[in-house]
Amino acid sequence: MDLFEYQGKQFFASFDIPVSKGEAVTTVEDAVAAAGRIGEYPVVIKAQVQVGGRGKAGGIKLANTAEEVREYASNILGMDIKGHTVHVVWIEVASDIAEEYYASFTLDRSAKKHLGMLSAEGGVEIEAVAEENPDAIAKIWIDPVDGLDEPTARAWVKAANLNPAAEDGAVDILLKLYRAYTEGDADLAEINPLILKPTGEVHALDAKVTLDDNAIYRHEWAEYEATQERDSREQAAHEKGLQYVGLDGSVGIIANGAGLAMSTLDVVNQAGGKPANFLDIGGGANADVMAGALEVINNDPAVKAIFINIFGGITRGEEVANGIIEALGRVSIESPIVIRLDGTNAEEGRAILAPHLSDQLQMQPTMLEAASKAVELAASR
Amino acid sequence: MSIFVDETTKVLYQGLTGSQGRYYGLLNREYGTQVVAGTNPKKAGENVDGIPIFASVADAVAETGATASCIFIPAAGVRAAIMEAAEGGIEFIVCITEGVPAQDEAWFFNKLKRDFPGVQLLGPNCPGIISPGKCNIGITAGHIAKNPEPGANNVGIVSRSGTLTYQALYELQSQNIGVTTCVGIGGDPVPGTSFIDCLERFEADAETTAVMMIGEIGGSAEEEAAEFISSNMTKPVVGYIAGQTAPPGKKMGHAGAIVSGGKGTAAAKMDAMKAAGVSVGANPTEAGLLMVDVVKGL
Repeated sequence: MDLFEYQGKQFFASFDIPVSKGEAVTTVEDAVAAAGRIGEYPVVIKAQVQVGGRGKAGGIKLANTAEEVREYASNILGMDIKGHTVHVVWIEVASDIAEEYYASFTLDRSAKKHLGMLSAEGGVEIEAVAEENPDAIAKIWIDPVDGLDEPTARAWVKAANLNPAAEDGAVDILLKLYRAYTEGDADLAEINPLILKPTGEVHALDAKVTLDDNAIYRHEWAEYEATQERDSREQAAHEKGLQYVGLDGSVGIIANGAGLAMSTLDVVNQAGGKPANFLDIGGGANADVMAGALEVINNDPAVKAIFINIFGGITRGEEVANGIIEALGRVSIESPIVIRLDGTNAEEGRAILAPHLSDQLQMQPTMLEAASKAVELAASR
Repeated sequence: MSIFVDETTKVLYQGLTGSQGRYYGLLNREYGTQVVAGTNPKKAGENVDGIPIFASVADAVAETGATASCIFIPAAGVRAAIMEAAEGGIEFIVCITEGVPAQDEAWFFNKLKRDFPGVQLLGPNCPGIISPGKCNIGITAGHIAKNPEPGANNVGIVSRSGTLTYQALYELQSQNIGVTTCVGIGGDPVPGTSFIDCLERFEADAETTAVMMIGEIGGSAEEEAAEFISSNMTKPVVGYIAGQTAPPGKKMGHAGAIVSGGKGTAAAKMDAMKAAGVSVGANPTEAGLLMVDVVKGL
């Protein structure tokens, strides 16, 4: 899960990484009060959205007085930045900047090691630096068993050609950032910019953190979890424990297994249609899960037809068919449904479905034929 | 022949006393797998339907000669379970458990490589492995896999996705093509066994005459496999990549299935595979039909 900047800074602060003093607020009055508590001007008011380009969109402003805080906060709160509405602003004491750097840790899936990237060219998109001046990024690969030690971090800082005045501070932050990344179970921990102040301190001016959902059981992430940006369909699916991704087409998809679900999107597209979602109900396909999945899909007004694509492995065709029939008894579905049932005991399963078939509940023998039928039905409504 | 496991493989189950472990452990035994032991420190001396339970992997190995292990332990205990298996003398570890933190996976992958270079880990978050007619470890339904036939053209399968593995087995069975071994390497960011580990063994396996490789979006494992195929493989490979129309930045069910920063797209993977001489199907059915053509042409 992706954190907002203010959450990323709280996350960093819990690992002792220096960040600016500040507060996250949701109203203009709170913004003014927060600036008062910070106690010094200027302060920076930053829109909290999980999308790049906030500054260009007018979502980051420097305020010198309480009046300016009021003005900018009221402009920024509610602002739309690339489709993301600003509900929270972060107010922090403004920092003097001598130089801007970049630092991050992520997993290199190919090398199967942690990848650290450090650059003296910070404050801009690292992808652009990688494209235009790849030598400006000093990379190190860290064996997770060894971790990152101080001499290695120091050599890395030297290799990145940071200002010597920043060396000690950068080494200290990199060691802490590595701890935050590993012990904090992050997929990505990025500071851009990492700044050197005229006074010689090194400091994280921004925070981009993606946490590993699989590690939620060993952390206190409820607060982060509660603020995840999901559309209403994704939220409903999440509450039912379903693996769901909202898309913008008209064919609702239910499949068992992530690979098969992805493959189902592919064949729907190949048949000339557009999927409304990705939905993996896992291996079981019992009535409860199927009913939950149908409810989520049924509540999506864009859905014009539903494609249920099930391959029975250990779960037998009869169980799948009975699950579908039972689920349909519980949920009233408006869109026509096309089922493809294959695999273990598919024939027995199809026999169970046969007496229930109608214009509203159709069956096709193969995945490709079922995709075509679902696309055709979606187009005709 | 087969790769990694065969009829002589003795398997112990870490988590045999749990509901999933018991269910699949007994199904695997029914299939013909030599299921020789289970482990549970609190239930040593008991048995699960006649399969003896030992306090530790080391005890079970000493007593039964098990060489493979299958892990059905909840995610929080996986790191310890894998290390216990390696330290206990297991050579082939299959971890079915999903939801293992990536930091743990990166750690034990490197730890095994360094301290137990002879140990092969499959998974986590994988359906397991089946050498049809010989050995089935994990959650694959054995009867959808057709046994290899002596003298016929038999196929090896390697896949990141579980259900697409079944789909592939099914497509081949319906085309009357036998399978030597089918390996589900799993959908996580740091799989213990890679495509290349499997391709290398299929290339060396006398009974395997062609390979079906099923990838998905995310990472660069398919591109690396394509490079390996182009420079090291003489046997034909048929491929399919799931997620050709997946939106960037979204995890598609599997922790590893995500297109990020323009990397890991299906298009790039398919291009790399085609350039390596792989016949790439637009969907699993087409890949199955391509395999029929390949096998007929051999």
